[in-house]
Amino acid sequence: MSVLETRDLTKDFAGFRAVDRVSLALDDGKVHALVGPNGAGKTTLFHMLTGFVKPSSGSIVAFGADVTGLPPYRISRMGIARSFQITSLFDRRTALEHVVLALHVADPVSLHFWTPERAVARYRERAIDILEEVGLGLVAARTADSLPYGQKRALELALALALEPRVLLLDEPTSGMSLEDVQRTIALVRHVRAGRTVLLVEHNMGVVAELADRVIVMQQGRVIADGGYEHVRHDPAVIAAYLGQIDA
Amino acid sequence: MTRRDIALLVVGIGIALVLPRVLYSALALRIVLWALFAVSVDLLLGYGGMLSFGHAAFWGAGGYAAALLAKAYQLPFPLAALGGIAVAMALAAPIGYLAIRRRGIYFAMVTLAFAQMLFYVVNELRDLTGGENGVQGVPKILPGISLGRTSDFYYAALPLVLIGFFVAYRIVHSPFGHVLVSIRDNEARAQALGYPTQRYKLIAFVLSGGIAGLAGSLFAIGNSFASLELLHWTTSGSAVLMTVLGGMGTLWGGGVGAAIVLLLEDSLSSVTEAPGIVTGAILIAIVLGFRRGLAPALHTAAVLAWARLRAMRAAREA
Ligand SMILES: Nc1ncnc2c1ncn2[C@@H]1O[C@H](COP(=O)(O)OP(=O)(O)OP(=O)(O)O)[C@@H](O)[C@H]1O
Ligand SMILES: [Mg+2]
Repeated sequence: MSVLETRDLTKDFAGFRAVDRVSLALDDGKVHALVGPNGAGKTTLFHMLTGFVKPSSGSIVAFGADVTGLPPYRISRMGIARSFQITSLFDRRTALEHVVLALHVADPVSLHFWTPERAVARYRERAIDILEEVGLGLVAARTADSLPYGQKRALELALALALEPRVLLLDEPTSGMSLEDVQRTIALVRHVRAGRTVLLVEHNMGVVAELADRVIVMQQGRVIADGGYEHVRHDPAVIAAYLGQIDA
Repeated sequence: MTRRDIALLVVGIGIALVLPRVLYSALALRIVLWALFAVSVDLLLGYGGMLSFGHAAFWGAGGYAAALLAKAYQLPFPLAALGGIAVAMALAAPIGYLAIRRRGIYFAMVTLAFAQMLFYVVNELRDLTGGENGVQGVPKILPGISLGRTSDFYYAALPLVLIGFFVAYRIVHSPFGHVLVSIRDNEARAQALGYPTQRYKLIAFVLSGGIAGLAGSLFAIGNSFASLELLHWTTSGSAVLMTVLGGMGTLWGGGVGAAIVLLLEDSLSSVTEAPGIVTGAILIAIVLGFRRGLAPALHTAAVLAWARLRAMRAAREA
């Protein structure tokens, strides 16, 4: 049984097919890179896997259960965490508050409207550990909107990690990062992949080469190649798909 | 509680206690009850990002329910108010359930539509509600205590009003309140973290409806009268106006807004033929002048005054 699997997953936007009959089964414990030119449907596939976009047809199976059409929170609670391609944070909250919020999601106290807020203070220690893990220990008290871009991306990652997911979906975790931050993120993904299944969308082929056990190539909504990095790199269909793409 | 909260609390209770001495009691009662109503709107708008344009439904449902209960069963007014709260919350649950599926202006439209529906239903149920005549002669009862004068009722009702404010404060400063604000700021993010955001919004809606119901109950009993005006759409509009005027997302801004609107209306009604127009013009000026409402401006002024005072004291000591 695969931890996460799609069967003929399809998404049509007003007559335009963004994802076209994708059948994929992630390998337990492996790092997968999802690559492909702009508009290939990678983010749409992510959105479907995490419940943000309802598939037009096809199904999604997670841990052996059909999760097609479940709302995002249910999928997240199953242990499938995601980051967003476009940084998505709570601007006026501190980094620490972000991670605390992620940590107490499954605690019934989250729904207590009669309890003072200090009830969640016990998550702060663990939150600081996670922030340190992603290199944000020193900016824990800064608000998200005051962080430089690279640190915002790191905070996205910290949020996903705080959920202790079994499956980690990262949509372009290194996009727009400085070289140094990219290296740090590579090291971080290597560190957190232990015991997890990872799927990351990535345009930077250096990152793909370093991290991915398996590379899945999409073009115009379809999977056109799937296999090890070296194998996929020499695939004629992939070379054709990337012709004219500068960032290939 | 921070020192600032405690200072606000003391000032708030102080004002509430002396209000009937400074103004006349009926106006004081109007102000604190509309303030509580505005706070219920702010809970939803300022903290949940949901603009209800139909909160008159809960204020009015509470008012009618409490008035009818008090009259039919000669209930002490706190019990009648409890009934009003229950009815308002029971009504808020299905309305909220449908409304939270919409966002922004559509959310406002759904709430408005339901409030209008309730207005017509209450008008039609003449045998129960008295139609256009309303429910008249609602008794103010508290065993062992005479509530003959309006100021008596004011002080008897004040603890309940303060409880209402406290509940709103408690909600906002709870883990639930924090999640609610996070949902307001970035709902998709909160969902990705695993929060059932609809559930949070619905709970906030029902709680807000309950607080509005409490305010409406006390309003109807205090006036010995429940009328269709409680349910009119302009009532919803006034509550939103007060909230925006005072400053959303502050809770106490609703109180400031209520006081300003009601004081303006009251003082202008004796000097001009058209108090509504003059009030409206002044309010537009305030809203345009203070984009975030009066509360943040007042807060800044208070902080500056405090700093000035400390500097003066320091200068004197030196
Ligand atoms: N909500 C939507 N409505 C209509 N079309 C959409 C919508 N979302 C995505 N699309 C279209 O679907 C196609 C796939 O988009 P998607 O974002 O999945 O691509 P991607 O592979 O993630 O690209 P990139 O590498 O640029 O992030 C694009 O042509 C896009 O314009
Ligand atoms: Mg994308």
